[in-house]
Amino acid sequence: MDQDYISMWQNLGIDLENHDCLLKALADFYQQIYLSQENRPEGMKYFDFVISEAHGLRIKELLEAKKQGKKVIGTFCVYVPEEMILAVKGICVGLCAGAQIGFDEAEKVLPKNTCDLIKAFIGFKLTQVCPYTESCDLLVGETTCDGKKKAYEILDKLTRKVYVMEVPHRKTEAGKELFLKELFNFKEKLEEISGQKMSLETLREGVKIVNEKRKALMRLESLRAHDPVPISGLDALLVEQIAFYDDPIRFTKKVNELCDELEERVKMGVGVKPKGTPRVLITGCPFALPNWKLHHLIEASGAVVVGEESCVGRRYYHTLVPENFNSVKESIKALAERYLNTHCACFTPNTERIEDIKNMAKKLNAQGIIYYSIQFCTPYLFEAYQVEKALNFPFLKIDTNYSTEDVGQIKTRVEAFIETL
Amino acid sequence: MKVLGLDVGSTYIKVALFESKKLKFLEKDKTSYQPLEKCLKYIEKYQPDQVVATGYGRNLINTNLENCTTISEIKAFAIGAKFIHPKVRTILDIGGQDTKVISLDEKGKVVKFEMNDRCSAGTGRFLEIMCKALGYEVEDLNNLEFEGNVKVKISSLCTVFAESEVISLIAQGIPREEILKGVHLSIVYKVLSMLKRIPVREDFVFAGGCSQNRILKRFLENQLKIKVITFKESPFLGAIGAGIFGIKYTL
Repeated sequence: MDQDYISMWQNLGIDLENHDCLLKALADFYQQIYLSQENRPEGMKYFDFVISEAHGLRIKELLEAKKQGKKVIGTFCVYVPEEMILAVKGICVGLCAGAQIGFDEAEKVLPKNTCDLIKAFIGFKLTQVCPYTESCDLLVGETTCDGKKKAYEILDKLTRKVYVMEVPHRKTEAGKELFLKELFNFKEKLEEISGQKMSLETLREGVKIVNEKRKALMRLESLRAHDPVPISGLDALLVEQIAFYDDPIRFTKKVNELCDELEERVKMGVGVKPKGTPRVLITGCPFALPNWKLHHLIEASGAVVVGEESCVGRRYYHTLVPENFNSVKESIKALAERYLNTHCACFTPNTERIEDIKNMAKKLNAQGIIYYSIQFCTPYLFEAYQVEKALNFPFLKIDTNYSTEDVGQIKTRVEAFIETL
Repeated sequence: MKVLGLDVGSTYIKVALFESKKLKFLEKDKTSYQPLEKCLKYIEKYQPDQVVATGYGRNLINTNLENCTTISEIKAFAIGAKFIHPKVRTILDIGGQDTKVISLDEKGKVVKFEMNDRCSAGTGRFLEIMCKALGYEVEDLNNLEFEGNVKVKISSLCTVFAESEVISLIAQGIPREEILKGVHLSIVYKVLSMLKRIPVREDFVFAGGCSQNRILKRFLENQLKIKVITFKESPFLGAIGAGIFGIKYTL
């Protein structure tokens, strides 16, 4: 390992021993799941590189930016507008964690029946393995679910850097008003921490950058509608995951280059799997890095994942922010409207999500839907019933966590489901 | 042309040999810790032209054997049940470590299925552990039949907790026959909760290692109010289905 990195991690307060275990496990896992795939697009090389340098080069970039006075802001949810972070010249990084690291430690402070996503970000902190968390000047929590809400109180005790933004649970006029106020409060907080003023110009620039990123991700999604599919679900998922922490301008460029290549593939009828491979849409909870379990199981069972109706997926890039605002106030309003139009199960009612799933299934030519929920994620577990009833589509519900203990059982179910498609 | 259907379950390996498309032999052996070796012995014995594997060990066999394909247990049971009872619409399989319920359309295609996830409640393993606590061999149960209603209720579905419950009932001096009835009823309740999630129709075939258990069958019929059909081949339906899939696959 690069000596520079080791001292960089040491300076960040990373526990080198724990961190080493994490990196080793990740490298093996990546080799096994990603690099063994056949016929991958050339354009994935960039994303392989980003993953291999996730704790190295990217952290170095963040630290250099910090030296120039920029602030690193960590977020855990797609309701937190990254445009606003860019508008104070900040860097936005997603901090959700997708591996069972530090769970023993996490369970000392959290109830056992907490979802793995929460256990993971608390566990990562308690075992000091995440250089992103350690690089952040501010950790932005939100009130989407009870578990996260209470976990942020604990995370704040551990870091003293947590700011919580309130997300309403109903899309009523009162809810909209509250969210708008919260964005104005968030603006103040960001200005205070960065010492930068959010201006019409910087907001325009921020909105433009993130819109371009979302357009690229939409373009990638639409290419997955083709049969044979030009990119595996695993690779597309990786791109969606990297969207949360890579430099947004460079990322957008690389996604567009990948899409150019995929368009060529489509023209020539080249795919990663044979034409007629069963096509599955996944809907439900987020897939934080490095959670590749379900995609891997589905694709190793002879199907291909063609889309994710998930926070790591469509709920991140569902719509753009209108760019025709003429004042700071108008821009915050436009952001509030766009962000509140995200269809998460923490809202009631949340019937729009069912329409999203229907539209995606149709557009992406899916033949079956796999409903993915992380154990103890009450909002998504509850919505499964209504979604299944409303869809009238081949449907399989998988309730799982980050461990590998149920891989055999899930594989049997997924294989049997694919056989029925 | 010989086709061997292999159902490598968690507790037993079941084999079905087809010769010229006719079912010739059925055999089973404990899976134990060397499933691959045991399967290879069967292959040596029967010298099949093709092998189709199903069950938890299917991929182990597949990666170590040429001329082998795999199908999921759900599909294997659907095909096997249709072979033995062509009108089948619902299948219940209680195996060693999992329980599944499958709903079929009139052509025998799988419409919906449910499986227990990672927990052994309502499976053969649950029964086995309770038997141990009560001094029975699990095989003895197939020859038992108890009259009368269930007087003792086992309320815990968790194998570990249910075992302590059984032990405390023994300590209260309750006859083991009564406790055993309660254990059976608790499995039936677990199965019923799974059956609620799929369409259940007549021509209900009970399969898997526990299908020879007459107490379970009677309790199921009482609760479901429909006829539960079992065959002596019921524990082998997965292997039979795999074999038939192999015959169709080579055609």
